[in-house]
Amino acid sequence: MSAAALGSYPGGFAWAFSRDFRIAWRNPGETVLVIAFFVLVASLFPLGVGAESRLLERIGPGVIWVCALLAAFLSLPQMFATDYADGSLEQMTLSAHPMIGWVSGKIAAHWIMTGLPLTVLSPLLALQYGLQADTLLVLAAALAIGTPILSLLGAACSALTLGARGGGMLLALLALPLFVPVLIFGAGAAEAQASGLSPSAQLSLLGAGLIVATMALPAAVCVAIRIALD
Amino acid sequence: MNLFYFSSPATFYRLAGWMAPWFFALALLLGIAGMYYGFAVAPTDAVQGEVYRVIFIHVPAAWMSMFLYFVMAVYSGVSLSFNTRLGAMMARAIAPTGAMMTFVALWTGAFWGRPTWGTYWAWDARMTSELVLLFLYFGYIALSNAFDDPRRGDRAAALLALIGLVNLPIIYFSVHWWNTLHQGSSVKLTGTTMHVAMLTAMLLMTFSFWMYSIATALTRVRSIILERERRTRWVREL
Repeated sequence: MSAAALGSYPGGFAWAFSRDFRIAWRNPGETVLVIAFFVLVASLFPLGVGAESRLLERIGPGVIWVCALLAAFLSLPQMFATDYADGSLEQMTLSAHPMIGWVSGKIAAHWIMTGLPLTVLSPLLALQYGLQADTLLVLAAALAIGTPILSLLGAACSALTLGARGGGMLLALLALPLFVPVLIFGAGAAEAQASGLSPSAQLSLLGAGLIVATMALPAAVCVAIRIALD
Repeated sequence: MNLFYFSSPATFYRLAGWMAPWFFALALLLGIAGMYYGFAVAPTDAVQGEVYRVIFIHVPAAWMSMFLYFVMAVYSGVSLSFNTRLGAMMARAIAPTGAMMTFVALWTGAFWGRPTWGTYWAWDARMTSELVLLFLYFGYIALSNAFDDPRRGDRAAALLALIGLVNLPIIYFSVHWWNTLHQGSSVKLTGTTMHVAMLTAMLLMTFSFWMYSIATALTRVRSIILERERRTRWVREL
């Protein structure tokens, strides 16, 4: 028997990643919706609070972060729910690959489809808000480190709510409070840069958070899926 | 006697029924003593005047809000790793009291903040993380009731409690890590900067809140046990 048939962490990761990525690639509607939502909500704020350039520059990083958070949150229910509904999640659990491998692969695919496009788009939105070039780069860097944490935390919450009543609102109640520290440090990094301070403290904390989340949360997601399939 | 004798809901039901009134009585006694020390013995604060007396509610409630979450997470961890029923029921029984303590801490803090800081609310690190704690309690309660199978709710909510545990050190150390509006703690293991009568009152109130939390959790766990075990013979024979 070959090593691949026995199952391995990289094997499971690559399998789940390419599967979810291919599904998203063939139905691009969902990813486009997330990006459209992000751009739309970010464009509503200047209309709501007034287009004064100093005010926009001041609130820009925070608004873009909140929009990214909501956009990442909106795509969460799809992460495991469809696989749970049609039974493929159960089949994956029975596969030879260790669970943590394919769970990490699914989370990584989720980030590539939501977090990465938002990070890439954020400088454009930041220009609309009139942010300085250096602030813009810090904002994009913070989003690049922060959005994977959102995907990891969101994966745990979405796995916990599998089969629960009141899905969407319940998911909001679970996930959004857990997102708060990421929001504070992420927006704080750009604000520190904008006010002439070094953003390295906030970026380091975000990085530390990402390391801890990457180590701990996939295991928690596995436990949550096992609970759901019990 | 076997230590696990009381880990069966049927035996614990009787033990909890016997213990709860004692804890209520202790809470009442300690509360009366704490109020007496707090309002009659403790001197007026030199800077804040009489308004500082909110501390005798505010600080015990804030301590309890964090401590109860920790206890809830420990019960959750035990119930997940040993697959016990009673542990999950205890965690469920603690959550509403913990949420109430968090709310009381935030509410009294707002009333204390208005005359002393000039504002009901500030987006300071400690208040924000305490608010997040309140939402964690709400999320725990909502998730544990979101499933038709109560055991499923137990397990999912237990895992959520363990994930949310990360917030506790953030609340506790927030005033040390960030230099914000909320002051640091005046009480440390190595000594205190408070008047003895104030400290006595605060500790009495803390123990009173603690005993009250135990009593309410025991009372609540009794009804949870009855609800879950309603089809068993021992409940029908009650």
